[in-house]
Amino acid sequence: MRIAVDGSDCYAYTGSRALDAQKPAIVFVHGAANDHSVWALQSRYFAHHGYNVLAMDLPGHGHSGGAALATVEAIADWIPRVLDAAGIAKAAVVGHSMGSLATLACAARHPDRVTAIALLGPAVPMFVSDELLAAALDHDHVAYELINGWSFSAGKQLGGNAVPGMWLTGNAMRLMERTGPGVLHTDLLACRSYADGLADAVAVRCPVLAIMGERDLMTPVKGAQTMLAALADKRVVTLADTGHAMMAEQPDAVLDALRAFYRSGTSASQAFLFKPGRTLSG
Amino acid sequence: MSRPKTHRFDTLSLHAGSKPDPATGARATPIYQSTSFVFPDTDHAAALFNMERAGHVYSRISNPTVAVLEERVAALEGGVGAIATASGQAAMHLAIVTLLGAGSHIVASRSLYGGSHNLLDYTLPRFGIETTFVDPRSIDAWRAAIRPNTRLFFGETLGNPGLDVLDIPRVAGLAHECGLPLLIDSTFTTPWLMRPFDHGADLVFHSATKFLSGHGVVVGGVLVDSGRFDWDEGPARGKFPTLTEPYRGFHDMIFSEESTTAAFLLRARREGIRDFGACMAPFTAFQVLQGIETLPLRMARHVENTRRVVAFLAAHPFVSEVGYPELPGHPDHALAKVLLPRGCGAVFSFNLRGTRAQGRKFIEALKLFSHLANVGDAKSLVIHPASTTHFRMSADDLVKSGITEGTIRLSIGLEDPDDLIEDLGRALHSAEK
Repeated sequence: MRIAVDGSDCYAYTGSRALDAQKPAIVFVHGAANDHSVWALQSRYFAHHGYNVLAMDLPGHGHSGGAALATVEAIADWIPRVLDAAGIAKAAVVGHSMGSLATLACAARHPDRVTAIALLGPAVPMFVSDELLAAALDHDHVAYELINGWSFSAGKQLGGNAVPGMWLTGNAMRLMERTGPGVLHTDLLACRSYADGLADAVAVRCPVLAIMGERDLMTPVKGAQTMLAALADKRVVTLADTGHAMMAEQPDAVLDALRAFYRSGTSASQAFLFKPGRTLSG
Repeated sequence: MSRPKTHRFDTLSLHAGSKPDPATGARATPIYQSTSFVFPDTDHAAALFNMERAGHVYSRISNPTVAVLEERVAALEGGVGAIATASGQAAMHLAIVTLLGAGSHIVASRSLYGGSHNLLDYTLPRFGIETTFVDPRSIDAWRAAIRPNTRLFFGETLGNPGLDVLDIPRVAGLAHECGLPLLIDSTFTTPWLMRPFDHGADLVFHSATKFLSGHGVVVGGVLVDSGRFDWDEGPARGKFPTLTEPYRGFHDMIFSEESTTAAFLLRARREGIRDFGACMAPFTAFQVLQGIETLPLRMARHVENTRRVVAFLAAHPFVSEVGYPELPGHPDHALAKVLLPRGCGAVFSFNLRGTRAQGRKFIEALKLFSHLANVGDAKSLVIHPASTTHFRMSADDLVKSGITEGTIRLSIGLEDPDDLIEDLGRALHSAEK
């Protein structure tokens, strides 16, 4: 689905389904130099199980126009404008890596629009090496190689994809290569510059699911502990032998964690209401 | 800046896509000889059918053993994924029918394997898909052949049997300028000699029957997607509705929206393999995997032996011409140095100074070389193209493809090269009499 946000043409994957005002909504926010397709299996599942899904291409990424947003806060403030453009009052937000930071900030800054969040591979602060930033600034291919090397757990560097016939690291590389010059650098700088993560975590009042990769080298589990401790209503799922690219490495485990979160308890269910008071079928 | 450690070609040949079997600890990739796979529950079953979960349903669509092979070849080619098929012909057919329908047009090199030529020139027109064959060395010919309904460029890394080296960067550049993908048959070179994606190709297929499996015991094919082509952008926009418009055969899925990088493979698996059904058997995949484990070792030896044999034949007085791009007289010698620095493979043709009868005598006098219709075996092979692999082509097409009545094609195996040279020398002497 194409929607105009801030005058720019943006793309949202909806699972080939029209939005239905009777259904709750989930917004998926991808990480640096990625696009909506990193959520392919998970977003399609929810789109076909009772939810409106908006798996976004952030500005300057994938099929979306405009320039990449320069800060995590800018992405956080962009998400409600996506909801406005789509005619959605409230939504759950799911974010990965850079997207997880934007999701956290969005929940803190727009509590009236966000009813629950899932943070996949978060770290606060999110360390980005000078070496990686410099390579990204130069649009040097080595930046993508470094990210691929750190994103997949050692076992998955040789493949073994759950999706038949797909070469995990090759697919991730090709997706990153599609981003335009400067986009990765903008994204990485946004991650490194996000300084309010802890304060935002304290401010979040909605239920939070955190999904961590046990073997995540990009955003190691320990890098999220302080932020997670500051959250009021949280559930943490750690995926064994999994790296940062967890939606690709363990697509079913990620989906199951999200499904369990949505189906559990009153607060979590309410979090995914499209309109207050309506129950879910998911 | 230090580069991150990534696994190299030889390591990927042995390991990509596989791991010890989690159930039994088996180190070799098990042969999952099962048509179907049990669903944990009904929701899981529905999710698998609707592409919401990853896994296997039915071995025509995918199979765990076959998937290891697909992932391995994709890794070696530098692609995003692959689909293994019943043969190389099936892989080529799958590529074409995933993108083209009745009313579409292909521009192809005229230096092709005879079976590919048959499919394009005789069979596909019956289904409304036409092909214009061009001199692969003339970029102007490629350009001039483009029609409004052209949807694909096609050629071989090394043309069969004259070993024309396709200038993939130039041909791909023209294709992309016109919003068209370039499909490459990479059977003769394998990814060890050249990775066409590194030079701009968009899709690659192999007859895995040949060097990938390497031992002449199995028939199979593999189709690989680079994941680079923008099916719905720029000059390609509107040209590929099978990938960019809702598909009624799969819940109105729009494949280019479903996957940014693998829309082609999604459609090929969800339609082409599902409906045409030319899938690879798990035992076949196992055999090809065994072959690929030694691909780097074998290809190095194939090329080394071929250089020895080529040098012998080129110096022999009863041989009028040897068509091998590493020879300075070959028209693509300079291009081969750029695109094929490791070598130009192990299949080549040469012409005898003699009659067709002398050619027949030569073939029949060979003892080590097997006279049969195949290439890429560990054992050395010989054939007379004009009367076998290319016999359906017209005399005019044969000449354009560089084939004469005296052309003999060799596929050099892994025997001791001195034994091969002795066998050839004896047969040449016999034919000269």
